[in-house]
Amino acid sequence: MPKYLLLKHYSGGPTPHHPFPTMDQWAPEDVEAHFAFLRHVGTLLEESGEYVGAQALTQAQTWVRYGGPDAAPVITDGPLPETSDLVAGWYMVDVESRERAVEIAAYISSEPGPGGEPIYEWIDVREVMS
Amino acid sequence: MDRRARGHVLTPAELDEGALRALVPRVLAGLVRRGEDFDAAEDALQEALLEALRVWPEAPPRDPRAWLTTVATRRLVDARRSEAARQRREDATHAEPEQAETEQGDDTLFLLFCCCHPELAPASQVALTLRAVGGLTTREIADAFFVPEATMAQRISRAKRTLHGRRLDQPGDLAVVLRVLYLVYTAGHAGRVDLAVEAIRLARQLTLATDEPEARGLLALMLLNHARHPARFDVEGRIVTLDRQDRGLWDTREIAEGVRVLQSALTAERPGRYQVEASIAALHDDAATAAETDWQQVLAWYDDLVAVTGEDPIASLGRAVAVGHVLGPDAGLRETERLRGVLGERHRWHAVRAYLHELGGDLPAAAASYAGAAALATDVAERDHLVRQAARSRAGLRSDA
Repeated sequence: MPKYLLLKHYSGGPTPHHPFPTMDQWAPEDVEAHFAFLRHVGTLLEESGEYVGAQALTQAQTWVRYGGPDAAPVITDGPLPETSDLVAGWYMVDVESRERAVEIAAYISSEPGPGGEPIYEWIDVREVMS
Repeated sequence: MDRRARGHVLTPAELDEGALRALVPRVLAGLVRRGEDFDAAEDALQEALLEALRVWPEAPPRDPRAWLTTVATRRLVDARRSEAARQRREDATHAEPEQAETEQGDDTLFLLFCCCHPELAPASQVALTLRAVGGLTTREIADAFFVPEATMAQRISRAKRTLHGRRLDQPGDLAVVLRVLYLVYTAGHAGRVDLAVEAIRLARQLTLATDEPEARGLLALMLLNHARHPARFDVEGRIVTLDRQDRGLWDTREIAEGVRVLQSALTAERPGRYQVEASIAALHDDAATAAETDWQQVLAWYDDLVAVTGEDPIASLGRAVAVGHVLGPDAGLRETERLRGVLGERHRWHAVRAYLHELGGDLPAAAASYAGAAALATDVAERDHLVRQAARSRAGLRSDA
């Protein structure tokens, strides 16, 4: 069975379906509905026997490269283009097919946002090499 | 020792894994005291422990401690034999261990000093302590820290290699031992093994081995905090802050024990950070409602905490909350200002400011600070809690509404 990484982003990816504010600006009940949906996704994947793992990442991004012989590593946290990808976290699933991975990603993307409306978030679906 | 002897059936208490694990430090200390290398003895005992978990349910030994010693010794001899064969050296023969009765407390302390050797990194001290003193298997420790078993096994063997050749027969640094046990406690409740409970067990053993009041202070602190654990999360797994917890869920037995242990530590009149932190925890545990918290006393203890820790910034941040309650939110916020340089990039600093803004009724400022804290949080449950607080504040709801 192939494994897929389903990546969520803080920023980057194709043009968003529609703009929406950061979560701290949503109505409290919309925040609760969003978290409840994510818990539900986790349960669903565990019950279907497809869950491998899920992790969230902090927003702080640090780029590092080798500094050359006898030099300290070169470190930068920007500035980066507004559109650059910032990964927020991932699910890893072990599924029957690519179609199933896409189906799960689309379901995650239906997560409720302000007013309980789906946020239509873009999910990056990547097959894991075996 | 005939381990197939079936004459004696172990009672459920004896078969209990906890009882088995409690034997580990005693057996290991015995092996090391009679001259075995710590590294080899610890490996051999780990193998004996896995063997015990496998065969004891079917064939319980008459004397579990002697069984573990014998099997571990056999492994040591086997290991030495193959080593000897490889190096064409003579077989070393080993007598049965002498059953010199040492105090259990001495064994624990001796091994804690080995495992918490100051030359080891904290992660290694924790892993080694859990295995050699806690009697956990490598897999259980790996599960608790969400790393592969092979990684944890490697971490443990590297730690033991670092200890190789060091003199382990001298008293170690008790302050390091206390810090390691506190790290185990705060590592929390993930995985099959509850590390907080494990830390309490180890701290209790430590208090039997030393009269140092800080050891009792640490045990008291763990008990007084752990007592609130049942109220700390709701059924959905959401964080419930101290001021909103259902105090009926607190474990009164643990609070009573914590207070008793703390009082016995304080009579020594040698204060230290754990005794002071435990005293603060006791004051919170003592309040029937959040409104009845004796903030005046809490602040007095925080003054002590800041003094005994040499103005530790995190202690000063905790003090700012107490200042906010005693002298008003603005005074508390002024205290946090002084810490901006050191803690300004930490989520806790923003969360404390958010709390103080909220206490003062400045909800827009509270919302901004909660959002700032959420953006810096490194724990998912905490991040989600801070996002909720931000949304609630922005919506104009007081969190105590």
